[in-house]
Amino acid sequence: MGKYLAKRFLYMFITLFLIASLTFFLMKIIPGTPFASANKLSPAQMQIMKAKYDLDKPVPVQYVTYIGKMAKGDLGISFQFNNTPVSELMFKRLGPSAQLGFQAVFFGTLVGLVLGVFAALRQNTWVDYGATFLAVLGKSIPNFVFAGLLQYYVGVKLGWLPVLFWKGFEYTIMPTIALSMFPIAISARFMRTEMIDVLGTDYITLAKAKGASFFEIAFKHALRNALIPLVTVLGPLAVSMMTGSLVIEQIFAIPGLGEQFVKAVSVNDYPVIMGTTMLFAFLFVIVILVVDILYGIIDPRIRLSGGSK
Amino acid sequence: MKKSKFSLLLVLTLVFSLFLSACSGSKDTSGDKEKGESASNVKQEIKMLDTSEIPTMDTSLAEGSTSFTYIANVGEGLYRLNKDHKPAPALADGKPKISEDKKVFTFKLREAKWSNGDPVTAEDFVFAWQRAIDPNTASPYGPYMMNGKIKGANEITEAGAANKEYDLNTLGIKALDEKTLEVTLEQPFVYWEDLFAFPTFYPQNKKFVEEKGKAYASNAGNLLYNGPFKLTKWEGTAATDWVLEKNEDYWDAKNVKLEKISVNVVKDSNSAVNAFEAGETDMTGLLSSDIVPEYEGDDRMVSWLEPTVFWLKMNQQNKALKNVNIRKAIAQGFNKKDLASSILNNGSIPANYFVPKDFVEFDGKDFREKNGDLIKYDVKAAKEAWEKGLKELGVDKLEIRYLGGDTEAAKKTDSYMKNQLEKNLPGLTVKLESVPFSVRLERDNSQDYDLQFAGWGPDYGDAISFTDLWLTGGGSNRMDYSNPKYDELVKKAQTEYATKPKENWEAQQEAEKIMLEDAGVAPVYQRAANILLNPNVKGLAIYNYGPDYGFKWVEVKGE
Repeated sequence: MGKYLAKRFLYMFITLFLIASLTFFLMKIIPGTPFASANKLSPAQMQIMKAKYDLDKPVPVQYVTYIGKMAKGDLGISFQFNNTPVSELMFKRLGPSAQLGFQAVFFGTLVGLVLGVFAALRQNTWVDYGATFLAVLGKSIPNFVFAGLLQYYVGVKLGWLPVLFWKGFEYTIMPTIALSMFPIAISARFMRTEMIDVLGTDYITLAKAKGASFFEIAFKHALRNALIPLVTVLGPLAVSMMTGSLVIEQIFAIPGLGEQFVKAVSVNDYPVIMGTTMLFAFLFVIVILVVDILYGIIDPRIRLSGGSK
Repeated sequence: MKKSKFSLLLVLTLVFSLFLSACSGSKDTSGDKEKGESASNVKQEIKMLDTSEIPTMDTSLAEGSTSFTYIANVGEGLYRLNKDHKPAPALADGKPKISEDKKVFTFKLREAKWSNGDPVTAEDFVFAWQRAIDPNTASPYGPYMMNGKIKGANEITEAGAANKEYDLNTLGIKALDEKTLEVTLEQPFVYWEDLFAFPTFYPQNKKFVEEKGKAYASNAGNLLYNGPFKLTKWEGTAATDWVLEKNEDYWDAKNVKLEKISVNVVKDSNSAVNAFEAGETDMTGLLSSDIVPEYEGDDRMVSWLEPTVFWLKMNQQNKALKNVNIRKAIAQGFNKKDLASSILNNGSIPANYFVPKDFVEFDGKDFREKNGDLIKYDVKAAKEAWEKGLKELGVDKLEIRYLGGDTEAAKKTDSYMKNQLEKNLPGLTVKLESVPFSVRLERDNSQDYDLQFAGWGPDYGDAISFTDLWLTGGGSNRMDYSNPKYDELVKKAQTEYATKPKENWEAQQEAEKIMLEDAGVAPVYQRAANILLNPNVKGLAIYNYGPDYGFKWVEVKGE
């Protein structure tokens, strides 16, 4: 296990380095000026501004400088928010996004799971059709439509929940529901398919023959095995949800990362683009590792160190 | 498990019924549940929404209207834009003494305090202005506002760019004593009051700024205030909410009625309207134009015409666009009235000019009153010019690139323009290029476009902020427009007529005519702005340039 982890960490480090390098050069290819007042700057001023951010140097030199600074934990300062350190911008925004993403994935998976399991157990009945219909809806209706409807009817018309902002738990309910439509749909579909597969296997027949109860079969034997593919999807899904949803954040005025990242790309705020990309990448590799470890726990047949290799 | 099954069903039913009810939902937006505000003893507090975070509160670095708005409400300069949008002495104790040649201004400062108790001194102005021009600061607006206007500014910028030595003390600002400030202009100009009201020219407390170093202006605690309000909550540029409260130490505090302004950032226009309807806010940010028609005639919507004009820049590095007839054909070849009324549909008006309406006046008359419509939509004239132009070029068809924005609204406008031009000018193919703002700016800089849909809003209240755009080789020209007659008139307005309002006025009107006779640019429309505002909130000052709003005179009235 120790050896396995050491190897994985080394790979993670290399992956991150490659992502950083690739992003850096790709980002420099994006056309556009990072200066909001570019149409008002004289050539002399442009020269001064570029020098301030090292943009007057050749790209390879900028790259070496950036990687060197990043190794020391310095992510630079934002262009659009004059002189604000990128790390400060990012970490202030990560909290709300992470909370919202976590709640949405948690709630969504739970609902989707139940939906999928029951659909499988009651295959080709109204329960199955209803669940499938909902899953299709959840996947096909864009979440901004859903968010807009929730905001207008539940917030403005009925006044049950706060219309927008991020000031306490009740403020998180509507965005969570809106964001969870996708995880609900995904996990419901996955669970249904996998459960049906698993329920057809020999060991389930055996369990039935041994006289195990319906619920025992469904939840003790079938569910655990059916979970494996879901875990594979859920890890990356959780990361992408926890790093912010542009649309949901805009509609509910949530101070999250998603909006900030998209804006940074569109205004060529290089340090913020790099910082946020690296944060996403870091979370991804960590989650992938966690998922691999989880496999072993859920299904003892999967061995981490790869046996006799 | 049974229980979770039922609660699940419940949630799903709820969600599903929501979806269904939305399909049949009526579009009734007149929520009438927010009537219960106490009529007597009205709290002097407002809640408002803004569409962006504050990028900076440092006057030396500020470059956008959001920054300018909050800086102007928590700070103050020699002058301040008053209720009626006119600059009036603020920290300056009355009007300055002006030298014979109208270049040297001597200001007496009034007794005023920073929020830490320090007096505001002449030295604070010197420090702030020097900091804004210092190449080490790399300020966008410092040099932009000072170069060519404040003596010595240009030289400092040029030296900084060339990595040569410079002396900040050569900038035309001196503290004669603690309360006397001497400002020297590069050359006289009439709109100097606007300049001294602009946030870039506000003072900064030297001791405080130096003490805070990099942390200066990074949050509410790392700032000093000398204006009508103080920021009492602002966690820095990442913050999406902040609070302004009345500054009791402000010299004119007795005229400030409003006690508190709570601001939240909402970027989505629909969400802002929902918040307004739910009574969560008294004021929204600018409404996107699809919402405006819904509130037509509603007394909660406040609308005004901004002095921002949009036009097609025609890059004369393109051979076809160098031809005046081709340019004339394009400039007259699209229906701006229909664009304004059916595509924009937010109160924007067609522009047949480039110096906006309701912007500057002389002798009680608006600039547009005499200069009127200079280049109009005229299919016949456009077609004639087009034929002539094609003949002169010796071709029978043209393909022209069109550089536009990538927002939904921009794409709508641009495809309308393409349609109109291709329909009215046979043989023309318009190739749309929809790019983000930052890309458009870069391609404007490098003049990599044929037609470009662009706009301009002024930074001070003089027509020169528009006419100087098109000077030969001018910083914002970037389309190779050049006419010696135009240059001469505008240069005269800047120098010889700089202090003769009448001649200045006439020269600029003449210049505008010449430029549009050349069809140097194809004006499209002048933009209108719309917000929702609680009708009980009175006295909000809405500005044409610099800050968006002034809250100093706001008062909340009972029902």
